[in-house]
Amino acid sequence: MATIDYLQALNQALDEELAQDDTLTVFGEDVGAPKGGVFNVTQGLAEKYGDLRVFNTPLSEAEIAGLAIGLGVSGHHAVAEFQFADYILPATNQIISEAARMRYRSQGDWSAPVVFRAPYGGGVGGGFYHSQSTEKVFVGQPGLRVVTPSTVRDAKGLLKSAIRCADPVLFFEHKRLYHSIKTDIDPDEEILTPIDKAQVLRQGTDITVMSYGITLQYVLQAAEELAKSGIQTEVVDIRSLYPLDEATIVAAAKKTGKVLLVNEDNKEGGVLGEISAIISEQALFDLDAPIKRLAGPDSPAMPYAKNLEQAFLVQPDQVKQAMQELAEF
Amino acid sequence: MTRKLQESGLTKAQLRVVYAQILRSRRLDERMLQLQRTGKTSFHTSGQGQEIGQAGMAMAFEPGKDYYLPYYRDMTAFMLFGITAKEILMDSFGRYDGPSGHGLQMPNHYAAKRVKAVSQSSTVASQYPVATGIAYGAKLENSDRVTLVTTGDGSTGEGEFHEALNFAGVAKLPVVFVIENNGYAISTPHNEEYAAKSLALRGQGYGIPGVDVDGLDFTATYLAFKEAVTRARKGDGATLINLHVLRMQDHTSDDNQRIYRSKAELAEVKAADPLKTITQQVLDEGIYTQAELADLEKQLKKDINVATDQAEAAPLPDLSVLSQNVFAPVDKESGIYGNN
Repeated sequence: MATIDYLQALNQALDEELAQDDTLTVFGEDVGAPKGGVFNVTQGLAEKYGDLRVFNTPLSEAEIAGLAIGLGVSGHHAVAEFQFADYILPATNQIISEAARMRYRSQGDWSAPVVFRAPYGGGVGGGFYHSQSTEKVFVGQPGLRVVTPSTVRDAKGLLKSAIRCADPVLFFEHKRLYHSIKTDIDPDEEILTPIDKAQVLRQGTDITVMSYGITLQYVLQAAEELAKSGIQTEVVDIRSLYPLDEATIVAAAKKTGKVLLVNEDNKEGGVLGEISAIISEQALFDLDAPIKRLAGPDSPAMPYAKNLEQAFLVQPDQVKQAMQELAEF
Repeated sequence: MTRKLQESGLTKAQLRVVYAQILRSRRLDERMLQLQRTGKTSFHTSGQGQEIGQAGMAMAFEPGKDYYLPYYRDMTAFMLFGITAKEILMDSFGRYDGPSGHGLQMPNHYAAKRVKAVSQSSTVASQYPVATGIAYGAKLENSDRVTLVTTGDGSTGEGEFHEALNFAGVAKLPVVFVIENNGYAISTPHNEEYAAKSLALRGQGYGIPGVDVDGLDFTATYLAFKEAVTRARKGDGATLINLHVLRMQDHTSDDNQRIYRSKAELAEVKAADPLKTITQQVLDEGIYTQAELADLEKQLKKDINVATDQAEAAPLPDLSVLSQNVFAPVDKESGIYGNN
C-alpha cells in the first residue's frame, strides 16, 4: 500500500497505460521533458517512454485535439492535455465536429478512441481563464463521453478506462483535488473504473445529494457531520457527466425522495438541470420535496478579487445548510 | 506550355487509365448536377476544372497504403484512389451502401475505409490537424506511408490550417498539404481572402517547402507531387502545394456564380477547360485515337446510366441507423469499455 494523491493517481494511470499500450502517446503544452506539465501530471513520463511518445506541442489547441484524433483514426491511442479547461475552447470544433461525430457519421468505419484531459475548477486565484468549469459546453454531444473523477481511486481507474475506451473521452480534473485528497492504493492493483456509471459513495435514507468535483468533498464532509444529528445522506458521485447514468440517479432519488444537486459551475444550462429533468421524468411521484440545485451564480466566470472569487464558489457551509434544510423539508 | 503527358514517366497504359478517369469524373459530375436539378438528389458540389490537377496528385500516391483526407471537390482523385461511380452516386442518393457516409453525410463528403480515405466534416480545414495526427502515427510505426490532405483556397483563412502546418514543420511530418486553389471562396475572390502573393509562401513561414503548381498541367502536377511524396517517404517532412485550378461551375448546386463572375470571366474559364487540353494531348501523343475516344464516351455514358439506376435502386438506411454507432458497442466481457 502507498498513500498517493489525486495527481499522483493520474500520473500512475498514464504510466501504467504507456507501459502496457505501445500505441499510446501523451502530449500537450509543456507535457514533455523536462517539465512534465504545468501541474506535473506527466512528470517523468517522457524520460521513461521517450520523446516520441510523450512530447510538447506548440500552443495550438485545435492542433492538439486534431493530432489526437488523427492518431486515433489511424489505430493509435492518445491522451491530449489541455493546460487549463479554459483553453480547450479553441479546440471545440475538433472535439465536437470531428471526434464526437467520427464514429456516427462513418457508421463505425472510423473512430477516435482518444482522451482529452482538462484541469478545471476555481479557488486558485486564477481569475476568469484559469478557473472555469467548461463541462457544460461539451455535455449533450452524442458520441463524446464526458467524465470527471472526484476520488483518488477514480482519478486512476477512470483515466485508465478512458484510455482503453473506444470512444473519445473528455476527462475533467478538478485542480483543487490534485493535492487535497489522498488515499492508500496498492500499486499492483489494476484499477479500471466503469466509464459510464455514477457511484454511490455513502448510503443514506433521509436525503440524496448528487455532486462531482470539489463540491462532492463538501457533501461528504457535511454528510458525516449531519449523521451525528441523525440525518442520513445518500451521496452520489455523478462521475460520468455525459451520458449520465440514469439508473443510478433515479434509484438514488427514489430512495429518499429528497434531492439536492451541487456543482461549482453556473446554475443554469449545466449538468444539474439535465439530472433534474431525468428525475422529474422518471421519479416525480417518489419525491417529497422540490429538487434543489446549489451551484455557482449565473455570472460569466470566476472573478479574480478574493472576495468575489469566494462569493462565486459554492462553500462548504452552504452545502451543509442546504442539506439540513432539505432534510427538514 | 503544358508539358507532354509522356514526360510524366507514366506508361501509356497508366495514362489511358488516368484519362478515362478524368473523363468519367467529368461525365459523372454533369450527371450529378442533372440529378440535383431534377430533384433526385438535394445537393452537388462540382469539381469541374479541377480534374486534371487532382489526377496528377492522386497518381503520386499509393492507395491503400497512404492515407487520404479529401475535401468536397475531390471526386476525380477519390475515383483514382479506387472508388466507383456507383459508390459515389449511392452517397449522393443517401444510400446506406455509399462508402462516404452510409446515408448520413451530405454528398461530396468523400471517404472510404478500404482506401484509407478518412471521413470528413464540412467545417473547412478541420481535416488538416487530423492529417497531422495520422502522419505522426506513421512516425510511431516507423512506416513510410504518407498522408495526403486537401482543401480549398478559402480554407487557408482558418486557424486550423495554420496550426497544422506549424506542427507539421516542427515535427517534420510525412504529410502533403494541398490547397486546390480555384480563386474563390464561394463568391469571395482571392484578393479578399489573402494578401500574400502566393499561398505557397505560407509553407516557408512554417519551415516547410511551399510550391506553386499548375493544376491544369497533368505532368507538371504529377511530378511536383511525386517529389513531395518522395520527400515525405524519406523522412524529410511535409510539403505545401498550392495547386492552381479552375472552378468552372457554381460553388455548389445552391449557388449562382453569374452574380459575382462576369460573362467575360466565365467565357475565359470555359475556354481554358483543362479537359479540352488533355483530350488534345492524348490524341496528339497517341494515347487514344479519335475512334477510341468516341467509344470511351459511349461506354462511360452507358456505365454512368447503369450506375445511376443501381444507386437509385439501392436501399435507404434502415431507421435503426439513426441511433446506431453513436458510441462504441459495449464489450460483453468487461461490460463497459468499447472494443477497439
